[in-house]
Amino acid sequence: MDQIRYERVGETLHRCVLPNGLSIYVDKKPGFQKSYAFFATNYGGMDMRFKLDGVWHDTPAGVAHYLEHKTFDTEDGNALQDLAANGASPNAFTSTSITGYYFESTEKFEENLRILLSFVSVPYYTQESVDKEQGIIGQEIRMGDDEPETQVFYGMLEGLYAHNPIQVNIAGTVESISHITAETLNLCHRAFYEPANMVLCVAGDVDPERVAEIAREVLPREGRAPVERDYGEAEPPQAAKALWEKEMAVSTPIFQLGFKDTPPQKGGEWLRWNLTGQLACEALLGNSSPLYARLYAQGLINESFGYGCEAYPGAAFLCAGGESRDPEAVREAVLAEGTRIAQEGLDEALFQRLKRAAYGNAVRGLNSFENICVNQAMGHFQSYEYLSFPEVYDSVSKADVEELLRRAVTRERTTLAVIRPKEARA
Amino acid sequence: MAPVTRTQLMPGVFLTSVHTQKFKSSVLSMTLLTPLRADTATANAILPYLLRRGSEAHPDLSSISAALDQLYGGSIEPMVRKKGDAQALGFTGSFLDDAYSLDGTTVLDRAAALMGELLLRPYTREGAFCPDYTRQEKGNLLDRIRAEVNDKRQYAANRLVEEMCAGEPYGVNRLGREEDVEGLTPASLWARYQELLAHSRLELYYCGSAQTDRVCFVFQKALTGLPREGGYDLPETVVVPSAAEPRRVAETLDVAQGKLTMGFRTGGITAASPEYPALMLCNALYGGTTTSKLFLNVREKLSLCYYASSMVQKYKGFLMVSSGVEFANQKKAEDEILAQLEACRRGEFEPWEVEGARRNTVSSLLTILDSQGRQEDWWLGQAAAGLTEGPQELAERVESVALDQAVAAAKALSLDTVYFLKGVEA
Repeated sequence: MDQIRYERVGETLHRCVLPNGLSIYVDKKPGFQKSYAFFATNYGGMDMRFKLDGVWHDTPAGVAHYLEHKTFDTEDGNALQDLAANGASPNAFTSTSITGYYFESTEKFEENLRILLSFVSVPYYTQESVDKEQGIIGQEIRMGDDEPETQVFYGMLEGLYAHNPIQVNIAGTVESISHITAETLNLCHRAFYEPANMVLCVAGDVDPERVAEIAREVLPREGRAPVERDYGEAEPPQAAKALWEKEMAVSTPIFQLGFKDTPPQKGGEWLRWNLTGQLACEALLGNSSPLYARLYAQGLINESFGYGCEAYPGAAFLCAGGESRDPEAVREAVLAEGTRIAQEGLDEALFQRLKRAAYGNAVRGLNSFENICVNQAMGHFQSYEYLSFPEVYDSVSKADVEELLRRAVTRERTTLAVIRPKEARA
Repeated sequence: MAPVTRTQLMPGVFLTSVHTQKFKSSVLSMTLLTPLRADTATANAILPYLLRRGSEAHPDLSSISAALDQLYGGSIEPMVRKKGDAQALGFTGSFLDDAYSLDGTTVLDRAAALMGELLLRPYTREGAFCPDYTRQEKGNLLDRIRAEVNDKRQYAANRLVEEMCAGEPYGVNRLGREEDVEGLTPASLWARYQELLAHSRLELYYCGSAQTDRVCFVFQKALTGLPREGGYDLPETVVVPSAAEPRRVAETLDVAQGKLTMGFRTGGITAASPEYPALMLCNALYGGTTTSKLFLNVREKLSLCYYASSMVQKYKGFLMVSSGVEFANQKKAEDEILAQLEACRRGEFEPWEVEGARRNTVSSLLTILDSQGRQEDWWLGQAAAGLTEGPQELAERVESVALDQAVAAAKALSLDTVYFLKGVEA
């Protein structure tokens, strides 16, 4: 395996690509009790239309997530139980663009790794078990229906995007998942669970060579090139809708503001966009920005206020939200602050301070094995090296941040999504 | 193993210090421990937030944020926790470890100094808290209390505790009561604050690369001027060993999914009991893991829910089962949850269930050592309960506990209260 030392963050990464196309990254972490393995495919809720063996397929909303649930099934039973019986804590998640399976364990790491690689790569979907899962996932969807943060976030995506599939609920709807069969799952597994479309990331006090050997033993020898996907035509620059609203049983309005940006190219540019976008949020409305202090003092936002930026194929945005008695006033204040920064520019001292803080936060984030492995995997899928972030921070200038704010924080690129309190009819 | 030392720095002031090189950050906390009582809980709960608004040297949010940015994006979070019958009030901070600072400056001294300053030298007006900050934080506290209903799963858990422990200190909400917020004034809060500073036990925590001697020195310096006037003892947590006839509470909200929570008394077993490892194993077997009876039967076999799990409140001697189910399935889920408890009481376990439960329990204890935040919370709870056992020692006791002891713990459980949150009838 190749070894790369990231001196500035004190991490050493071992990496290789197997002949079947699978990329493996191992971050050696001496002194920790646990080891963490993350096996992910570049396939998420948004990947609904794809071309396999020359044929285009349209699949129902929620397949990637459904597949994640059923992938734990094996011919001998259920891998979740096999791992848990070894004392490992296994789990999985499906996001907009990736599906990841992982475990954390303090013992029997190699045995657990074999189980992980095996159950994810060998499909075993029976119609009976697929049918039975309808009830469980149906309840998961219903739980999400009661979560205002989930609802308002999708509302914002619906407001920002005319058709990009990132706005489709990852879990689907009770109706959409009713069309999922064992055949659908087999098709999608064949399309996306190919070694070349996957990555294995490990963090812990483990032997990197052994990780590669085990992957070679368990996984197929050969692979095929990833499938072609279709996310529809390019999005217009402006938001599809200025306002999205819904009523729920909440105590105070809950909002999410979105600002649509131009999606970055794959590679170093992607990481650069992420770091610039984060700094742009900090400068515009972050905890130490002048606007934040003002809004907090006016009682327009509270501790629930949060913000960030996200990029996906064909979609990138900044967002901020939380509880507010007057979400429209927050939107107006943020747009006005965006205009002010566009005209006057950012304060140089503030910018340097924010960069220093962002760097420190990113380094502290490396305490979390999950954070390291998930970021490593996302970086792999978008062709950048996550651990090079200190160097990229060095190269991000005040003008870069100002330019992003000038571009994205305008009225026509803004959506406001709001959940308003509904009186209970007890 | 990272050595843990406990040092008394002043009367009623104790430091728990964990010396380790393995993290990128250092975590520190300062927490006042005071009896949880209905008449003081609300005033106490606002104080960490009010203190976090400004100090003599950093009079507003902007100046505190700027100082934290300079400390590489460190964080100081106000914390209000319930530990048994104690209310824990203070700050938890996370900072870049000195090893990763860009210019070789030390972060620890300045971080501790800033935290001590926020705790001891607040921004005042006319000898009391600033009226503006007080008014704003009263609004925020009200929002915080009311917002508990937004997370339905947590809300159902809180309501169960309130109902089940009505009349016991533990039944008091950690944030206090909505109706008590209005009457808080800058002067009344100032008096409460002085009382707490002079008479509460102060627990300090540090985890990071600095040597304990240096940590003692840094904290001692940061706390110069802390008044100490005695009376630091905490009352023992009230433990009700068993319940008579189960009580039923049902409430209605406009929700899509019902939330069922069931509270059991543990027969007097708490973290201080010799039988505690048996109760931990019992909980893991019953509903604590993905190999548990509740997960495998209520979810996997009957597809009644997405989650059905149990957890122990170790200082109170109370076990809670929670699940999200269709309204119509409440009875079915409740029956199955109780039927699975009966199976536990009869000792109906396969060897893999026992092994899985034990390995999971041990592993979840050992991984506490890999997280600075979880260690902080562990040691705070232990300090409030007057216990000194570390996660590793407890893990050793779990290794040696016999299955019939876990069965005995299951037999000791008695159902006290059932709480069901249901939707509005169509």
